[in-house]
Amino acid sequence: MRVKVISRSTDDYTRERSQDLQKVFRNYDPALRSQEKAVEYTRALNAAKLEKIFAKPFIGAMDGHIDAVSCMAKNPNHLKAIFSGSMDGDVRLWDIAARKTVCQFPGHQGAVRGLTTSTDGDLLVSCGVDCTVRLWKDPMLKMVDTSDHTGVNSQPSAVYTWKHAFWGADHQWDGNLFATVGAQVDIWDPDRSEPINSFEWGKDTVLSVRFDPGDCNILITSGSDRSLTLYDLRMSSPARKLIMKTRCNSVCWNPREPMNFTAANEDTNCYSFDARKLDEAKIVHKGHVSAVMDIDYSPTGREFVTGSYDRTVRIFNYLGDHSREIYHTKRMQRVFCVKYTFDGTYLVSGSDDTNLRLWKSKASEQLGVLLPRERKKQEYQDALKERYKHLPEVKRIVRHRHLPKPIYKAANLRRTMIEAENRKEERRRKHSAPGSMTVQPFRKRRIIKEVE
Amino acid sequence: MEVAKYSRGQGADLKALRDKKLKGQLSVKEKLYGQSAKAAAKAEKWLMPNDGVLGPYNIGYTSNGRYMLVGGQKGHLAMMDMLHMDLMKEFEVRETVRDVTFLHNEQFYAVAQKKYPYIYNRHGTEIHCLKEHGKALKLQFLSKQFLLASINSFGQLHYQDVSTGEMVANYRTGLGRTDVMRANPYNAVIGLGHAGGKVTMWKPTSVKPLVTMLCHHGPVTAVAFDRGGNLMATAGVDRKIKIWDLRKYEVVHSYPARAQSLDFSQKGLLACSNGSQVEIYKDFGGHDYKLYMKHKIMKGYQVGKVLFRPYEDILGIVHSMGFSSILVPGSGEPNFDTFVDNPMETTKQKREKEVHALLDKLPPETIMLNPNMIATVRAPKKKEKKTKEIEEEMEDAIEAAKNIERKKKTKGRSKPSKRAKKKEEDVFKAKRPFLEQSDKIDGRPDKKQRIGEEVELPKALQRFAKKPQS
Repeated sequence: MRVKVISRSTDDYTRERSQDLQKVFRNYDPALRSQEKAVEYTRALNAAKLEKIFAKPFIGAMDGHIDAVSCMAKNPNHLKAIFSGSMDGDVRLWDIAARKTVCQFPGHQGAVRGLTTSTDGDLLVSCGVDCTVRLWKDPMLKMVDTSDHTGVNSQPSAVYTWKHAFWGADHQWDGNLFATVGAQVDIWDPDRSEPINSFEWGKDTVLSVRFDPGDCNILITSGSDRSLTLYDLRMSSPARKLIMKTRCNSVCWNPREPMNFTAANEDTNCYSFDARKLDEAKIVHKGHVSAVMDIDYSPTGREFVTGSYDRTVRIFNYLGDHSREIYHTKRMQRVFCVKYTFDGTYLVSGSDDTNLRLWKSKASEQLGVLLPRERKKQEYQDALKERYKHLPEVKRIVRHRHLPKPIYKAANLRRTMIEAENRKEERRRKHSAPGSMTVQPFRKRRIIKEVE
Repeated sequence: MEVAKYSRGQGADLKALRDKKLKGQLSVKEKLYGQSAKAAAKAEKWLMPNDGVLGPYNIGYTSNGRYMLVGGQKGHLAMMDMLHMDLMKEFEVRETVRDVTFLHNEQFYAVAQKKYPYIYNRHGTEIHCLKEHGKALKLQFLSKQFLLASINSFGQLHYQDVSTGEMVANYRTGLGRTDVMRANPYNAVIGLGHAGGKVTMWKPTSVKPLVTMLCHHGPVTAVAFDRGGNLMATAGVDRKIKIWDLRKYEVVHSYPARAQSLDFSQKGLLACSNGSQVEIYKDFGGHDYKLYMKHKIMKGYQVGKVLFRPYEDILGIVHSMGFSSILVPGSGEPNFDTFVDNPMETTKQKREKEVHALLDKLPPETIMLNPNMIATVRAPKKKEKKTKEIEEEMEDAIEAAKNIERKKKTKGRSKPSKRAKKKEEDVFKAKRPFLEQSDKIDGRPDKKQRIGEEVELPKALQRFAKKPQS
């Protein structure tokens, strides 16, 4: 009778030569592994704690300006380059990797309010309160060609003077027209010294402008009459206007969903709209405690960064109602402009204290080339955190952010005030005739009306 | 060492040979015979030591089945590598040894000696003396939590974390001296068998046992847990071996047999030691345990502990003559997973495994009866809405309480603050019966059993019923 018994020979289970890899045998039977869920939960907890240990988002500051930084511009063809303009007319080109000024573009007499580059990168447009628009040819030549001649691009190739001070500028994504805004919206062709077209709706100042990345003929502007206006270049008059309760400081289109845009408002919230249906905001992004000054989308279209008057920079998920991340430093004062770099890993913020600051978009990310094992480990830990992020211990660690005391107190105060108002509203509704007080969702509450 | 026993007679007489070639060949062969006889004698040295003079042994295997630790009652300790049949370390502690167990790998082991348990290193060096445990009778190691659990002669259960040295818990079981202790490999719960026939299950974060089961009509002599976590086998002095289902806490099988010790193998075979024989039961589909094998050792010798060796079809038997092992086909897990347990580990793999185990060390709070309950959703509690009448009644009572006439005290004892406090107390007293109606907190019953109005009490107990608030 033959009886089968386990008999293993070590040769089959160990390697032959020391250059060989070790032999690995797997048995996926769950009976061999006990308490799997507890192990996974402990790993998720440790992963959350490690993420906090490695969260060092601030990379460095770029100093050079002698007055507050008022606007920035970036270009998709040059990832290392960023332009910044300050309140005293100084326009500089920075190398982000070295954190140094590459080139300066002197000329503006007053604050530079609008900076923009053409999509292929060989034209820089700057406009300011001195009523001039300056065009600079091949501004990023110095980054590529490190020879010493300064002559070529430190002189503007063209200076166009116009009737009013300018408040913002933006360039078309495909095409060579650019728009500047101030008392009205002007569309320029770089070869003409006068705008080829002008739009006006009402007599109020227009503060910022953005071209739609999806359709090169659509642009949106925000004005000091608390409005957001949509223009179509193919029509002779503005298309639509949305009036809100408070002014929008800045607008940005979602590069991956070009019908949606997000507006940074004075009432500390950001409102995301669908341009086809403006009567209701899609999402209200709450978080800041003071006016939101600038907004920029990540090239993935999945998150955006906002800079606010309360000296913080926040990163929101494009569908999130609260911020995913908040960055602050003692030395960073009022943030006037923020930009996401075109590779989606860094943010640049320009603030009142004359510095541009470089931050990581994912605070605990390890930059540089990762070994495949490191990358797999990181992905596993991200998946663990994602799976267990609802459990109280893990949630507490993942959510925790240190806030500066004034912000923390201001946020608490806001919360108390909002809760008190809600409670009073509830009571009023309870004590009034049923149906006489309608519940208005917050997304609609801040909009006054939409005008054709 | 009895080399003569293995040398198979006298060696050949080579001096009488004239043929040089034959002489050379034979001398090589003789040398080989000599070496093999010595090797066989060496194996005998510890496999069948001194005819049981050094007392009944306790054995322990590492989780990958490669190393075995034997500790004799009279103090003989030996650790050996079963893969290459090497004796690694053998020494005497010259004290009673009651139990031995490996810690997370073969580098450390714990020995329950006469007064306290000690931890030794693989070289036999004493590293720690665990005074707090007292006179430990049995030791168990929970490998995922790095906890060493011990039960001592006063019936106290101690849990100690061997990686940090912290004493996690010590509980008085309250059920007297017991030396039947087993760790459930599925959920790391410790099962104790007591003299009254009870089996209790413990976790380090609760003072009271998780489960108390009455299993036998007399003292419990052995407990064993299945790897899958569903079955428990218990044996008692009442000559019964019972197999329990741990989900319903009901008997699945009951055998009229005695058992000094029980053990489940990786594949679910149950070994019981009974007098001078060992019986092995196997489930032929659907937890239907039937007798599979019987092994008798020489008549008159008693079998002590039985322990299956992991990842091998081998059952280790301790008897009054020493130790022997038998083959039990189908008891071990044939396919091991390198990342769980590797019987053929290299040093580097062992070190990596130790570090990963420490990084993934579970906190003691994760031990629970159902380990899959972590990260599940708790059912929402249903809040019963107070009906309007009850609310109205409550408001009336509050009004009445506010309006009662309170005696005004003289000589400065009636301060407005004191009067206000008295008023608040009266309002709270008036509210209390209405608040108590929603007495179920978290769906769990009230800890204090209040005798309600509906319960008809016998006359003798009626004076203890709480008078309802009028």
